[in-house]
Amino acid sequence: MRKKSAQPAGTPPTPGSADDAAQGMNVASRTQFQLVRARFFRHRGALVGMALFGFILTLAATSIGWGPIPGWWDKSPTGTGVVLEGGRPTLGVWPTFLGGGGVTWGEHPFGQDDIGRDYFAVVMRGTQVSLTVAFLVGTVATVIGTVIGACAGYFRGWAEAVLMRVTDVMITIPTLVIAAVVAAMAGRQGIVVLGIMLGLVTWTQTARLVRGEVLSLREKEFVEAARSVGTSAKRIIFRHLVPNVVGIIIVSVTLAIAAAVLLETGLSFLGIGVQPPDTSLGRLITDYQTAMMTRAWLFYWPGLFIIGIALSVNFIGDGLRDAFDPRQNRVRD
Amino acid sequence: MLVFIARRLFVSLWVFLAATAVMFILAANANDPLEEARQLPDNEREAALATITERMNLDKPVLIRYLLWLGSAITGDLGVNRQGQDVNAMLGTAFPATLQLLAAATVLAIVFGIAIGVISALRQYSAFDQSVTFVAFVCFSLPLFWVGTLLKQYIAVDINDWLQDPTLSLVMVVALSLLTGAVCSGVLVVDRRTRWTVFGATAGAMAVLLLVLSATGWFADPGLGPVVVALTAFAGAVAITTLVSGLDFTSPPMRAALVTAAVGVVCYFAFGPVLNDPNLLTLLLLALLTAAVSAGIGWFFGGELFRRQAIPAAVLTGLFTATVIFVDRVLQAFAGYAAHSRIRGRVISTIGPSTPNFEGTFWQHSLDSAGHLLLPTLALVLVSLASYTRYTRASMLEVMNQDYVRTARAKGLTERAVITRHALRNGMIPITTLTAYDIGTLIGGAVITERVFGWKAMGTLLQDGIEQGDPMPIMAFFLVAGGAIVVFNMIADIAYAFLDPRIRLS
Repeated sequence: MRKKSAQPAGTPPTPGSADDAAQGMNVASRTQFQLVRARFFRHRGALVGMALFGFILTLAATSIGWGPIPGWWDKSPTGTGVVLEGGRPTLGVWPTFLGGGGVTWGEHPFGQDDIGRDYFAVVMRGTQVSLTVAFLVGTVATVIGTVIGACAGYFRGWAEAVLMRVTDVMITIPTLVIAAVVAAMAGRQGIVVLGIMLGLVTWTQTARLVRGEVLSLREKEFVEAARSVGTSAKRIIFRHLVPNVVGIIIVSVTLAIAAAVLLETGLSFLGIGVQPPDTSLGRLITDYQTAMMTRAWLFYWPGLFIIGIALSVNFIGDGLRDAFDPRQNRVRD
Repeated sequence: MLVFIARRLFVSLWVFLAATAVMFILAANANDPLEEARQLPDNEREAALATITERMNLDKPVLIRYLLWLGSAITGDLGVNRQGQDVNAMLGTAFPATLQLLAAATVLAIVFGIAIGVISALRQYSAFDQSVTFVAFVCFSLPLFWVGTLLKQYIAVDINDWLQDPTLSLVMVVALSLLTGAVCSGVLVVDRRTRWTVFGATAGAMAVLLLVLSATGWFADPGLGPVVVALTAFAGAVAITTLVSGLDFTSPPMRAALVTAAVGVVCYFAFGPVLNDPNLLTLLLLALLTAAVSAGIGWFFGGELFRRQAIPAAVLTGLFTATVIFVDRVLQAFAGYAAHSRIRGRVISTIGPSTPNFEGTFWQHSLDSAGHLLLPTLALVLVSLASYTRYTRASMLEVMNQDYVRTARAKGLTERAVITRHALRNGMIPITTLTAYDIGTLIGGAVITERVFGWKAMGTLLQDGIEQGDPMPIMAFFLVAGGAIVVFNMIADIAYAFLDPRIRLS
């Protein structure tokens, strides 16, 4: 990376080399990646989203540990205990100078549920599950969507017709409906199978976007050049076309993850997704929606985490879209 | 164009057929339909297993079962579910409730979403735009069931409690007035002093209005009355005509709209007896009559030159006046409805699509539906509104940057004409596609909303079918939901081709 182009955006470019100056130009050259990165870091919402998402991710990954790795929180999501003070949350954020108790963490920051489980540990486990499923869904859906979209856009004739008809068939079935049916099959086999199966039915949006872009790219000279030297279709698609739609793909990964969080929690709410004894954020809300008037915190925490994840990922996605495709942001003259 | 439609129809039919096959095979494998029967005691088990196997044709391969279903579904027979109940009858009771919910949510989301999107595009980077963008993102990220439960547990209870003694506290008045002022001044693009004047004027007016309404007990027995109906009708006439052809009190369109509003106010009295307890058909006929009469007025007053503007102005004014009269009637029925023995003041309901065994006038039934629809629709609209505002905003911004918009400005058209005639018309074309896409999301949302609010409607068919491994109710659900998606997609494609000559002629 060249040093002069690494400067933050918005400040005037430093005077270029003697060669630039000789030509009367004062412009630092930047790679595509640097341009995108600069635009992304100018997007305030995306930065806040990154911070929030990083925080939630770290909290979920380290607090109760991941699999065999132990975490820093001493209670487990399954361990029951004595319900203290009606299970009320001990987390305090009201500063002392406003007459509050200051920022306290306490014994059970998110409170306890009716059988005395530490709700912070439970919510962390739910967040882990929901995030795992969402990442799997996002990854699987994006890979399938990209391959199908790129092939449908590049090939003509029957290959395109078949792929597009398959996409049309999938679009005809409402996402929640097909996801519910598939989740009913996969839910009992654990969260990894569930995530992959949901990914298998939610790729249509990515496929449509990628196809639209590839359709215009395939007419470009560089593709024609590649074809004229005898490059195979596979190589053209994966070495020439896909790298050119990487912006769309990255954006669609983030949006797919945000949608997947909401889809998985929605399915779990219907009792179809993640099955007990495992839990997820949606499952927690279903389990405790009747307890809402008496122990509102059991209902609030998982909901806030869902919103936090979906909102931060959506903001990151928006920042990425603006960074890769700045056309929408033009200020009207 | 006809060839295009025919080809589109043909393809859609095959796609839909393939989708039913995919859906049936998945649905048949979702769960084990025999699981519950296997838990039965030994003496009953064999018989129960045999009955279910026979009823669901479980001894045949799934493809044969699909063909059997397809064969009878084409003749209109959707079969029986695992318990042997007729699926057609189940669909018949489930469908109207879901349709109500979906129709209300779709229309509201489209109208408000487009309006907010257009305004925030025209006021790009203003405080209004920034807030709308942020709220849209929050709405995007809201889990529907969480919002629904919150609305059900808190808002419903709060509104019902408040209606027991409907007076506004001073804090509420101040908050509502400040909000009104902020929205009104945010929508306008003006210099700072005018903005503050608008803010003060609207907030002050709102505060006075709320205090008067609260003090006179209006919220317990609402209604508009002839004076307010007349004032609203005339104000609406002026506003609509301003949008359609510009603010000029001597212009023929304005005269047509004002006359229409006057005729509407006369009708408010003339049709009084008819409107005491009408049925839906009468109201639809009256709406058609209103449109026809208004069009006539527009045609007459428009003259040769202004007909193209006077007719829409008059028709919109007529329908607007009719809506105001409708709202007035519904509001007048409120006190009687709330005092009804089956309601007892709990107007906002959180269970089911209507009060069982409720007897009352048409207006009270409308209120009953509205009370049940309010919160589920609000939840659905909140979630679906966001995509409409975002897409409309993006589409409008793109159009406003086009050269022909600059040309329109350069040749001296008013800003109103530039926006409504040049930008808006083209900016709305991509929204047709979004509407088709959004209907699938809304159907999924309806399933969750119905569950939250305890509606026994289409969502129940889907859920019971999945739980029992029974494809019949799932397929009934899918025939309606998938059918709606196919039809909407087709309409969107045809509308797109119709609206955009580049596609039609290529």
